[in-house]
Amino acid sequence: MGSVNRADLSAGILFILFGLVFGVSSAGLEMGTGLRMGPGYFPMVLAVVLTGLGIAIAATSFRSVDEAVGAYAWRGMVFILAAPVFFGLTVRGLGFVPSIFATTLIASLAGLKLKPIYAVALAAAVTIFCTLVFSVALGLPFRRFGPWLPAMGY
Amino acid sequence: MDLLSNLGLGFATAASPENLLFCLIGVILGTLIGVLPGIGATATIAMLLPITFQLEPVSSLIMLAGIYYGAQYGGSTTAILINMPGESSSAVTAIDGYQMARQGKAGTALAVAALGSFFAGTVATLLVAIFAPPLTIIALKFGAAEYFSLMLLGLVSAIALAHGSILKALAMVVLGLLLGVVGTDIYTGTPRFTFGVTAYADGLNFVALAVGVFGIAEILRNLEGDQDRTVLGTKLGALWPSRSDLKAMFAPMVRGTALGSALGILPGGGAVLAAFASYTVEKRLSNTPEQFGKGAIAGVAGPESANNAGAQTSFIPLLTLGIPANPVMALMVGAMIIQGIVPGPNVATDQPALFWGIIASMWIGNLMLIVLNLPLIGLWVKLLKVPYHVLFPVIMAFCSIGVYSVNSNVYDLYAVAGFGLLGYVLLKLRCEPAPLLLGFVLGPLLEENLRRAMILGRGDPIVFVTRPISATLLVLTALVLVVVLMPSVNKKRAEVFSESD
Repeated sequence: MGSVNRADLSAGILFILFGLVFGVSSAGLEMGTGLRMGPGYFPMVLAVVLTGLGIAIAATSFRSVDEAVGAYAWRGMVFILAAPVFFGLTVRGLGFVPSIFATTLIASLAGLKLKPIYAVALAAAVTIFCTLVFSVALGLPFRRFGPWLPAMGY
Repeated sequence: MDLLSNLGLGFATAASPENLLFCLIGVILGTLIGVLPGIGATATIAMLLPITFQLEPVSSLIMLAGIYYGAQYGGSTTAILINMPGESSSAVTAIDGYQMARQGKAGTALAVAALGSFFAGTVATLLVAIFAPPLTIIALKFGAAEYFSLMLLGLVSAIALAHGSILKALAMVVLGLLLGVVGTDIYTGTPRFTFGVTAYADGLNFVALAVGVFGIAEILRNLEGDQDRTVLGTKLGALWPSRSDLKAMFAPMVRGTALGSALGILPGGGAVLAAFASYTVEKRLSNTPEQFGKGAIAGVAGPESANNAGAQTSFIPLLTLGIPANPVMALMVGAMIIQGIVPGPNVATDQPALFWGIIASMWIGNLMLIVLNLPLIGLWVKLLKVPYHVLFPVIMAFCSIGVYSVNSNVYDLYAVAGFGLLGYVLLKLRCEPAPLLLGFVLGPLLEENLRRAMILGRGDPIVFVTRPISATLLVLTALVLVVVLMPSVNKKRAEVFSESD
C-alpha cells in the first residue's frame, strides 16, 4: 500500500531520459524510408522502444515492494572517477611519469584506510613498475616527462 | 583426417615459443586478478584487454583466452576459500566448496575444482574442434536477414538468462544498442550523437565502456561497505583427493561436462546456467542429497566442470558466427575487431592458423592452469590477504594506462569515467551490465544487417520471414520472449517478492 520500488522508479526514469536524449538527437538526423534507411531510422526506433520500456519499468515500480538501494560510495565516486580524468588531462602535458604518480595518489584517496605515507610509497612503486613495463619493456609511445615541465629539458 | 591435420596446425601455432609464453602470461595474470577480491573474469579481461593490443592477433587472442580461464579458475579459488565467488558462475562452487574448506578440506576442494575444470576443458576443446567447422559451413550461407535474426535471438536469450527484472534487462540491451551506434553512420557518413566531439566520430571506445561498466563500477561497489575480508585459516589440508574422493567426483564431473558443453553454446550466459543446472542434477541423483550444502564433493566437481565446459563451448558461436554468447565473448569480439579481424565464419577459412591456434591454446591453457595452480595455491592464498585499499589505486593506474594506450586518445579516459559512473548507478538500480555490453557490441552489426536486408528485400520486411533460416530464428526468438514473459514465470517472481517481505 503506497509502497514504491525506488530502485525501479529511478531506473525507469533514467531509461526514459536516455530514450528522450537519443530520440531528440535522432530527430535531427535524416530518417529515410524502410527501403533506404537514413542514419536516424534505427536509433529513432530504439529510442522510442527505450522510452517505452522506461515508462513500463517506472509504472511497475508502483506495484511492487520497495528495495533498499543502499548507500552510495560518494567518496569513492569522487576520487575513483577523477583518477582517469586527471590522467587524461595531464598525460600529454606533464608526461607519463608524473601523471601516473598523481593518478594513483588520487585513486588511493577513495579509501580511508591507507595512511598518506603509504599512499605516496604505493604511488611511487606503481609509477616505477608502470614506467618499466609500459614505457621501457612494451615500448608504448609515451613521453615520460611532458612540455609542462621545462626543467626536465623539454 | 581433416580434424587431425587442423588440430595439428592449431597445436603448431599455439605451441610456438612466444604463443606458449603469452598463454602462460595470460593464465597467470588471469588467475592473479581472478584471485584478487572483488574483480570477476569480465572485469579482469576488460582491464587487461589493452595490454594485448600490442601483440600479434593470434598471440593476443591466445593470451586473452588464457586470462579468461585463469580468471575463472581464480574465481573458484576465492569462492572456496573465502566464500566470495569472483564470477556468478562460481557462485555455485561456493556453496559446497566453502563448507569443505571449513572442514579443513580446502586443498581437496581446490584440487577437485581444478581436476574437474581440466577434464571439462579437454572434452569441450575437442567438441569445439569437431563442431566449429560444420557450423562455419552453415554460417557461410547466412545473409543479412539471417544475421539480423540470429543477433536478435542472441540478445533476447541474453535477457532471458539475466538476473532480475526482464524489463530492465531489455532496457539495458536497447541502451547498449544505442550507445553502440554512436559515431559516424556507415552509409552516409553523418556523425551521430557525438555532441560535436570529433574524437567520438569513430564510435565510443569499446574498451572504455567495458572497463567503466565492469571494472570501475565494481570498484565503486566494493568501496561502499566494509573493506575487510576474512580469509579462512591458512590450513589447506591435503591437496590430492583421496581415492574415494576421486571416485565421488568422477560421475558428477562427466555429467557436468556434458551439461556444460550443451548449455555453453546458448547465448547469454550459458556457463552460469550450466553450473546451476549441474548442481540441481547432482543433488537429485545423489544418494545422500542431505550432504549438499554441507561440503559434498559432487557439489564442487559437477558445477565446476559444467561451468568450465560451458566457458569453452561458448567459443563456438563466436568462432563460427562472430556472435558473442556472453560478455566475455563480447570482449573477445571487440579485441578481434581492434586487431583488424572481422569475427565470423570467414575466420576459419581465411585464417586457419588463428582459428585452430585459439582452439589448441584452450587445451594448453587448461593444462598450464592445473600444472601451475595446484603447486602455487599457497601463493594465491597469500594474495587473498592483500588489502583492498592497496589494490584499487593500482587497478585504477592500470585501467587509465590501458584505456589510453588503445588509441592514445584522452577522450577515451573521460569516457571511462562517464561509463564508470553510469555502470555504478545502473548497478545500484539493479540493472545487470552484461546485456548492455552485448547490445553495445552488436548494435552496429544489427543496424548494418537490418539496413542491408531491407535494401536486398526491396524495402519489404517480409524478407525476414520468407527465408527459412531467418524465419526459424525469429520463431525461436519469439518463443524465448513468450517463455520469459509467461505469467507462471512472473508469478514465481512475485512469490520471491512476497517471501522477502
